[in-house]
Amino acid sequence: MTRALYTVALLAIIVCVPPAFAASGGAELEPAGNDVGNIASLQRGARNFVNYCAGCHSAQYVRYNSIAKDLGLTEDQVIENLMFNAEKTFETIEASMPLDAATRWFGQPPPDMSLMARAKGTDYIFNFLKGFYLDSESPTGVDNLHLPGTSMPHVLWELQGYQRALFDEPDQGAEAGAGPVFSHFESVSSGAISPEDYDAFVRDTVNFLEYISEPVRGTRRVLGVWVLMFLTVFLIIANMLKNQIWKDVT
Amino acid sequence: MQRVELEVGRPQNSFIRWIDDRFPLLETMRYHATQYYASKNFNIWYVFGVLSLVVLVIQLVTGIFLTMNYKPSSAEAFASVEYIMRDVDFGWLIRYMHSTGASFFFIVVYLHMFRAMLYGSYKKPRELLWIIGMLIFLSLMAEAFAGYLLPWGQMSYWGAQVIISLFGAVPFVGDALVEYIKGDYSISDITLNRFFALHVVLLPLALIGLVFVHIVALHHVGSSNPDGIEIKEYKGPDGVPLDGVAFHPYHTSKDLVAIIIFLMVFSGVVFFAPDMGGYFLEHANFEPANTMVTPEHIAPVWYFTPFYAILRAVPNKLWGAILMGAAVLLPLFLPWLDRSRVRSIRYRGWIYRTSLGLFVISFFALGWLGLQPAEGLYVALARIFSVVYFAFFLLMPYYTTIDRTKPVPERVVYSHD
Amino acid sequence: MTDDVDRNRRHFLTVATAVTGGVGIALASIPFLASLKPSARAQALGAPVEVPLGSLEPGEMVRVIWRGKLVFVLRRSQAMLAQLEKTGAELLRDPNSEVAEQQPEFAVNPYRSLQPEYLVVEGSCTHLGCAPLPEFQVGPAPNWHGGFFCPCHGSRFDLAGRVYKGVPAPTNLRVPPYRFIQDDVLMIGSETGAA
Repeated sequence: MTRALYTVALLAIIVCVPPAFAASGGAELEPAGNDVGNIASLQRGARNFVNYCAGCHSAQYVRYNSIAKDLGLTEDQVIENLMFNAEKTFETIEASMPLDAATRWFGQPPPDMSLMARAKGTDYIFNFLKGFYLDSESPTGVDNLHLPGTSMPHVLWELQGYQRALFDEPDQGAEAGAGPVFSHFESVSSGAISPEDYDAFVRDTVNFLEYISEPVRGTRRVLGVWVLMFLTVFLIIANMLKNQIWKDVT
Repeated sequence: MQRVELEVGRPQNSFIRWIDDRFPLLETMRYHATQYYASKNFNIWYVFGVLSLVVLVIQLVTGIFLTMNYKPSSAEAFASVEYIMRDVDFGWLIRYMHSTGASFFFIVVYLHMFRAMLYGSYKKPRELLWIIGMLIFLSLMAEAFAGYLLPWGQMSYWGAQVIISLFGAVPFVGDALVEYIKGDYSISDITLNRFFALHVVLLPLALIGLVFVHIVALHHVGSSNPDGIEIKEYKGPDGVPLDGVAFHPYHTSKDLVAIIIFLMVFSGVVFFAPDMGGYFLEHANFEPANTMVTPEHIAPVWYFTPFYAILRAVPNKLWGAILMGAAVLLPLFLPWLDRSRVRSIRYRGWIYRTSLGLFVISFFALGWLGLQPAEGLYVALARIFSVVYFAFFLLMPYYTTIDRTKPVPERVVYSHD
Repeated sequence: MTDDVDRNRRHFLTVATAVTGGVGIALASIPFLASLKPSARAQALGAPVEVPLGSLEPGEMVRVIWRGKLVFVLRRSQAMLAQLEKTGAELLRDPNSEVAEQQPEFAVNPYRSLQPEYLVVEGSCTHLGCAPLPEFQVGPAPNWHGGFFCPCHGSRFDLAGRVYKGVPAPTNLRVPPYRFIQDDVLMIGSETGAA
């Protein structure tokens, strides 16, 4: 019996291999540090999203009324504060910019944000939004450390200000042809809010993105507890029955 | 079919009697359950057969409900999955059960197959049982492959692209074959629709039929046991094997416990970690398929990676495909590769035990390597472990002959836990 | 003695296991059965429909779709209202709208509507569901004061959608929930303030 348990435990450990987020080719990712259970943060993030992102980026699978329900907002609050290009609360978040125009202007359509946090990870998006730096050769005047060559402009420049990226030459032992290694950012102009407040702003926004990528996350965990509790009770009873039936086997 | 003696006259209940006069109800129950005797010393390795059946049922039921809302067109597929996740009441639960079930199906089936390798369950007279099982395994791989295209995510599309293009390695007809499989010049709406038909109709029917035949074959020869001896050789005066206990209620009650534990592990994943760190639901698949952009790392789902690693280990496209196919098919020949006179690993010598251990290590190693980019040290390791994998099978006739075995007991080893 | 105890205990545990298992199966079926309910998208698509009435002339009828169903909105002229009053109760199967399922509370009146001027009824014959045709001309048959005629099996309804006797249709045309959000804007599908 104990050998069996060890086998199961070993299998469980093997199955639970570390996350498949292999380190990306780019720089190290600072953890976003967001808490998807923090409703106030999610409300701020929702506000940030519709004001700064939804101009170009849709969240086409997210309905306003589901945001209202999950974030504890009334329908009127949602209509007043979050709905700029929609009329009914059952509608989904559409981008204001027409997709064909956006594709023409930016070279590719701004991707939908409904699932971005699940596709790329919240840490990546957090760092992305903090990773714009001045690049005179770019049509938008900026480039991004985590998505070189991105056609997205630095939408949040008013809040963050602008920064410059400084690179070091590659180490002696590095592979031939390896490019310069990122060292650090240097602020060129300050934004309307402090760097700490900007971090909090981005954290809230990324938090909202994590929430919309899986709105049911909270519910599923709560339901899971009940299911496991029921199965535990069932297990105890079934095990007692099994032992009773096997009593006479020698 | 083995003649089964009626127990005590006619059934009391008149409704049961009415049915039984017109349908072999009681006869079937006795033959397959209450008078089917299986060894009393089954250990945990014997639980994975019934667990496979449980997962099959889970996949069928959740699959039916997914099909009610899923749209098999390239324009709507991805959105219909999000519709299920967000708009359909409990759609998220049905989806997570199905995606988790797919991975658990392979965990359980691999362990089930491994049991056969531990206890020689494929040896005479169970060779056909093993062959049917291998057919189930192949059908399962096809079913999983077809199913994975359906969400129409980046990994769905590009994974299918890579695997289908393997068929281009077939000499002369390769390119035509690839086009034929796709039904179009590239993977498209047409491919998706036909994979949907395969995944929802053809392969489930094949799986159900094969599982049925698998159980019939098993019951005809009787189950094996951890000691690898035939319990039918020692029967009591009533014709019941001395080491056997009736499947119902002994094994049914024991299996119920195993099933509940399984459901607890399954629920743990479904409710708390359905992504499983990106192994069960891959990150790239949360982006809709983009025919113009290939994801950075294309890898098949974890359960295919051992074979994928073997494919990539070979620098030649055709031979890589051939060896990958060989790797999948070699286990089919185990009943004839294994020359040992002893079935169970309990009584085999150190050579087989070591070989099997090496095989397990190489299977896991190849699995992990299949997820890594094919460069540098990983390629060398994949080659080494591929050799170990093939050696396990191809050298088996030799090392199982020379292996010094231990004496096999006449009766099973059983201790009341 | 222990045999009896064992047998009883075994029986008790079997029942306990079976009951727990049964409860488990019942609970597990809830998500599947619930998934068959109209989804959030169905509810969104089934949301109330606004009908502007500004351009509707007296005597004119407009057709709208609500929840996939045809709805007639008829602006009854004074002449039509007069004809409606002339329609004798003895000609009709349910002149006082006593069959409760066929109309909301507010439509239990001779006009079967919130306001006499506007009739809102589902364009689905209560026999087998064909769309009735408007026949607002009075006569030539006696006792025909204008109304709706169903071409499928000949059922007839008056200008308030009430069914005549002697026709296959069993009940009056159904009145959907609706309200006026402005004097000249109708909202079909909602009786109360909620949209």
